[in-house]
Amino acid sequence: MPLPDAEILCAQLAELIRPRLAANTVLVGIHTGGVWVAERLRELLGLTQPSGALDISFYRDDYHQRGLHARPQASQMPFEVEGAHIILVDDVLYTGRTIRAAMNEIFDYGRPARIDLAVLADRGGRELPIAARFCPHSLTLPAGQMLALEHSAAGRLVFRLTEA
Amino acid sequence: MTRNPQLTAEGELKHLLTIEGLPCEMILRILDTAAPFASVAEREVKKVPLLRGKSVFNLFFENSTRTRTTFEIAAKRLSADVINLNINTSSANKGERLLDTVDNLAAMQADMFVIRHASSGAPHLIAQHLAATGCDHIHVVNAGDGRHAHPTQGLLDMYTIRHYKRDFSQLTVAIVGDVLHSRVARSQIHALTTLGVPEVRVIAPKTLLPSGIERLGVRVFHAIDDGLRGVDVVMTLRLQNERMQGALLPSTEEYFKAYGLTQERLALAKPDAIVMHPGPMNRGVEIDSAVADGRQAVILPQVTFGIAVRMAVMAMLGGT
Amino acid sequence: MKIHIKNGRLIDPAHGVDKTTDVFIAAGRIVGAGDTPAGFTASCVLDATGCIVCPGLIDLSARLREPGFEYRATLESEMAAAAAGGITRLACPPDTDPVLDEPSLVEMLSHRARLPEFAHIHPVGALTTQLEGKALTEMAELFEAGCIAFGQANRAIVDNQVMLRAMHYAATFGFPVWLQAQDPFLARQGVAHDGEIAARLGLAGIPVAAETIALSTLLHLARETGVRLHITRLSSAAGIEMIVAARAAGIAVTCDVAVHHLHLCDHDIGFFNPQARLDPPLRAQRDRDALRARLADGSIDALCSDHTPVDDDGKQLPFDEAEVGATGLELLLPLTLKWAREMKLPLATALARITAAPARVLGIDAGHLAPGAVADLCIFDPAAEFHVTRANLKSLGKNTPFLGLSLPGRVRYTLIEGHLAYDGTLG
Repeated sequence: MPLPDAEILCAQLAELIRPRLAANTVLVGIHTGGVWVAERLRELLGLTQPSGALDISFYRDDYHQRGLHARPQASQMPFEVEGAHIILVDDVLYTGRTIRAAMNEIFDYGRPARIDLAVLADRGGRELPIAARFCPHSLTLPAGQMLALEHSAAGRLVFRLTEA
Repeated sequence: MTRNPQLTAEGELKHLLTIEGLPCEMILRILDTAAPFASVAEREVKKVPLLRGKSVFNLFFENSTRTRTTFEIAAKRLSADVINLNINTSSANKGERLLDTVDNLAAMQADMFVIRHASSGAPHLIAQHLAATGCDHIHVVNAGDGRHAHPTQGLLDMYTIRHYKRDFSQLTVAIVGDVLHSRVARSQIHALTTLGVPEVRVIAPKTLLPSGIERLGVRVFHAIDDGLRGVDVVMTLRLQNERMQGALLPSTEEYFKAYGLTQERLALAKPDAIVMHPGPMNRGVEIDSAVADGRQAVILPQVTFGIAVRMAVMAMLGGT
Repeated sequence: MKIHIKNGRLIDPAHGVDKTTDVFIAAGRIVGAGDTPAGFTASCVLDATGCIVCPGLIDLSARLREPGFEYRATLESEMAAAAAGGITRLACPPDTDPVLDEPSLVEMLSHRARLPEFAHIHPVGALTTQLEGKALTEMAELFEAGCIAFGQANRAIVDNQVMLRAMHYAATFGFPVWLQAQDPFLARQGVAHDGEIAARLGLAGIPVAAETIALSTLLHLARETGVRLHITRLSSAAGIEMIVAARAAGIAVTCDVAVHHLHLCDHDIGFFNPQARLDPPLRAQRDRDALRARLADGSIDALCSDHTPVDDDGKQLPFDEAEVGATGLELLLPLTLKWAREMKLPLATALARITAAPARVLGIDAGHLAPGAVADLCIFDPAAEFHVTRANLKSLGKNTPFLGLSLPGRVRYTLIEGHLAYDGTLG
């Protein structure tokens, strides 16, 4: 099965978001793929406000099964969360657990006015009642496969399929 | 002897008992993990949910409000339930056996023990006992045992050095004071040598140095002026008052004269040298107030970093 | 009872005997070796095929914990352990409770120990009352009651005037004085050899000087008084060299070393293993190597078990709070064999250190198997292994740093005065 072109999906995603931008809109990417996508979107949308970046290691619900992620990063929220319109950005939407963890973390910074979810691709397999507001591509993958974004040597974003 | 008792068969951290024998990679991982925890304290809600529903027992057989408090804050910022037990050693001697106390607390569904004890090796004993009694799901963190080790202090010192100096591979570090009785010094020495610091110096009178200390990979100086020359980091040690008995030192005044860290002496170190102290300080004994409050002192940042490092350690242990 | 020991390899170091031969015993004495003596009809035949037949072992230091510490061990339990270890004769230090400083206590102990399956015991009387190092005991009375020598166990006499007088008084009657060389001030609060390991583990150290300084004092006073001095449980290379030099200078001094110090060093403390908490402390590897070599060349006279039963309550503690001591009766033979094997020593030389040599230190006619000698024998299989487990130890002291190891040599029979005190072929 051919994988979609991530750069094209970024452009499509930007166009889906563009009509919804408000003065208080900020992008927040989820480590690591979501941070790259958020950065692309910021360029494409010409936003001046810096984006946020979340490492949800401290909020994962599988910590007690799998332990702490080997090298967690500090989350960065370089803006006032209180009253902000946050567009949470990730590369692939799957079980929804990452999104739940990210939303929990956001609320520890303050109370946003609204959170929307933007992803490049929705691969199905949801385990929580979570849906993306902005999503240019859907596909179905067996549970054993992982779809993730990579940064190619040429600086392009590409999808890669791996066996879990 | 058996393998390192603080690592699992897969090389993950199971207990934190001492820095000695921890691979360099593991020490760096703890420091790296501490960095994002430091930023947690800057948020609206200074708490993450990692240890929600877990019980951390602070078992202090030797009193130390300060150390206990930092562990308590760290555990609470990880959302753990914290139970503080100060067990006076003298009553422990008369009453319950150490391992009976441990068995009792294990039966209360403890998940982690933070242990401070006056005897070197007490946390090792407890960790071995937990393994022998089928309670090895309980993690042990050494919060200072006798003269042996104070690993979280050693780690927070490394975090502090890395914060200010970035790279360990070019540094000269001096540890000044009562190395003989200091668990802090031993943990610092093991951490610094493991991280590849090319020159670790200890500066003390012969009465305050254990024999064989040079075998730990340090250079011994008896004259403070020689020892401080050109160093990047000065780590002063606390001189406990009870050391004034037992013919180790004649007086605190003479000690300050010979080994106290003053501005004049600090001028022998590199101009950008930092000054550290594990606290609580004895001003006018091991350190002059002008240095303790001076621009090169990083003693308060050490305290702040200490919480992040302890959070990192507990978070890494709690998930294995 | 007439016993015929068949097909064993007889090793009698005192007489330079090492050959495969039968041994005959009657009325508690050796009546001959080789051909069956005329008119001898055995009432019991012991098969010693593949086994060594040697004099019963003599242990210069075994604490039986009676009187006073019966919760740790009893005469019955420890005598069973001695017999299982091939030990037929042992000296016990005076640090019982009450201390062995009164003739009645010594008589009581000797009386309690007078069962045929019990090893012969030689109490070491206290040199000073209560071992306090202040007043002399009634040594002549204690000698009458059965004390073979006078000592202080591991308590020091701090006052050298008392030490000088104690030695003078003992020398007056020709009583030997057995002392451990350890300066109490240099050893104060110390729990491990003062070296790299103690520095690493943060344990308070006992410097070698604690031994050499005390030794120097003792040797000077021995020369002054002419007392027969025996130094118990040497721990350091420097210490043994001082004794070698003192002997060369004409001082009558003998010495022993404990099995632990022959095989272990401060590295074996590992991660604060309380089993390695011993007195004197385990010293550096080079000290251990010197002790091994000096025991081999005879500079150290004898090897002892330093048997000290300690219960779990005394051991399951942080290293510096744990009690000193380890069980040893059943390990004396295996650890001697292990040392001999590692040093490539003839068996006769090794066995001499636990038979003939300690008999000489005790100044008694024992530890050999000439015709007419008391039939104290140890018959052991050198090819079998003794697995050191709590269950396998007959002593009530189950704590030893050798737990879990397999050691060479297992006792098959122990005979005490011609009485079968231990039969290893049963269960």
